[in-house]
Amino acid sequence: MGLRGEAAIVGIAEYPHRRKYDGPRMFMLEQWAELARNALDDAGLEAEDIDGLVCSDIRESGMFVPATVVEYLGQPVNFAERIDLGGATAVGMIWRAAAAIELGICEVVVCALPALPIPSNPTPQPLNPMVFFQSSSPNWGSPQAEFDIPYGNLAQNCGYAMIAQRYAAQYGYDAEAMAKLVVEQRASAAINPNAAFFERPVTCEDVLASKMIADPLHMLEIVMPVAGGGAVIVASKEVAARCKHRPAWVTGFGEHLTIKTPTYARDMCVTPVGPASEQAFAMAGLTPDRVDAAEIYDCYTITVLLTLEDAGFCAKGEGMRFIRENDLSWRGNFPVNTHGGQLGMGQAGAAGGMTQVVEAARQVMGRCEQRQVAGCDAVYVSGTGGVMSEQSALILQGG
Amino acid sequence: MDVELLKPLPVPTPVSRPFWEGLAEGKVRLQKCDACRTWIFYPRSRCSCCLSDQLRWQDVSGKGTLYTFTIARQPTSPHFASDTPQLLAVVELEEGVRLTTNLVHVAEADIRVGMRVKPCFERVSPDITLLKFQPA
Repeated sequence: MGLRGEAAIVGIAEYPHRRKYDGPRMFMLEQWAELARNALDDAGLEAEDIDGLVCSDIRESGMFVPATVVEYLGQPVNFAERIDLGGATAVGMIWRAAAAIELGICEVVVCALPALPIPSNPTPQPLNPMVFFQSSSPNWGSPQAEFDIPYGNLAQNCGYAMIAQRYAAQYGYDAEAMAKLVVEQRASAAINPNAAFFERPVTCEDVLASKMIADPLHMLEIVMPVAGGGAVIVASKEVAARCKHRPAWVTGFGEHLTIKTPTYARDMCVTPVGPASEQAFAMAGLTPDRVDAAEIYDCYTITVLLTLEDAGFCAKGEGMRFIRENDLSWRGNFPVNTHGGQLGMGQAGAAGGMTQVVEAARQVMGRCEQRQVAGCDAVYVSGTGGVMSEQSALILQGG
Repeated sequence: MDVELLKPLPVPTPVSRPFWEGLAEGKVRLQKCDACRTWIFYPRSRCSCCLSDQLRWQDVSGKGTLYTFTIARQPTSPHFASDTPQLLAVVELEEGVRLTTNLVHVAEADIRVGMRVKPCFERVSPDITLLKFQPA
């Protein structure tokens, strides 16, 4: 079952992630075109090579998004997808692109997630009350609107905090281990010029002294919203052979969805990334101990902890010890989020997960400069959408 | 306060209405599947285990245990600013279903995962009573 490993990420593009963006304002279609061009240039391909695309939402249109993007780029495609998996979107894009390529329906697929601010609208718009509800739908008939929102259970912080609190009761909790994880990711971000926290490392004391947002999560354990975005080109074996860089072959993937709100999870501490990762490793013919780096979706520290356990890097309940006993920075014995993760890059909305994909490809390509993991041949990537609702896993390999 | 920031209240649907009517009468009412005997929450048109439509409402005690909680020290949305810190919780009823709720009549320091809780019916509008919980 699965991929033959005959599609690869051959080009990458990434906007610097910044808390305060001071560059030119562009619509998302304009960012899409710029990211696509930059990723094509990186690969050594031309616009006319594009015959597939995978997108997510854009601000300019709530419908017909793929066709709108295709028209704007001026490139007809044989394959178009719109992914709605929150933070798992980027990983979901890559495996769908690879699968379409292996099916033979396309050869060069652009996957882009732009997330820079768009121009200010000269026609003032009324405040959309939806902004307060973020990922919880307030529409009549939505289960969240009826059974979660009225109790204030909305947005992400409280959901992840409740998962962490449950974990603490079941397995124990070590706030210092969680702080160490942040410190190590911020150490990687400190040498990544694209990271919002470039040159801004922190200490465990800083993390533990930061404001408690929702017990047990401190502010520095939570991603900071930023402007950013990124894109990759996924291409066939034939195309990859004529590209500039060492291809990052997509050799395994998995995706698993269980719930929308963790209240209704069978076990809040057993996350969908488990089955997703198991499938990804099996497809790639690898075991977790064989990867050289792990780019783990890190909206919160608890997300990384549960992914380390459920993806099989350590046993259930052992995640805190694993973090204490290993060096997870870019130079460590188990490099996690070598770009700084989203805790170090900042989170550019649903594009956040693209940072993990771009970094994994960059590591396999051997282009991470100071933070390059030596001999990096196999990288695990995860994506997490909602509140541990929908998760995806990817294995990229050199070859 | 801005009208738009009134607390969002549930709007019952044809399927869920018996649940909200139960709360207004001080009763917790759940659906149980006649086909596979599974208790269901939130209310649905079909069983979340076997997709049968043979669901029957039953009154239950409303007693349960605290599955997890958090204390949101920043409002989860501006609507709840006056409730900060919010005691957000997930309660597991004796029947095994879990629901999103708030804890009331409890000091922060006394909250423990696994503690026994009982319902507290909080009438928030002429039509809507929310199901909150307090230590049993």
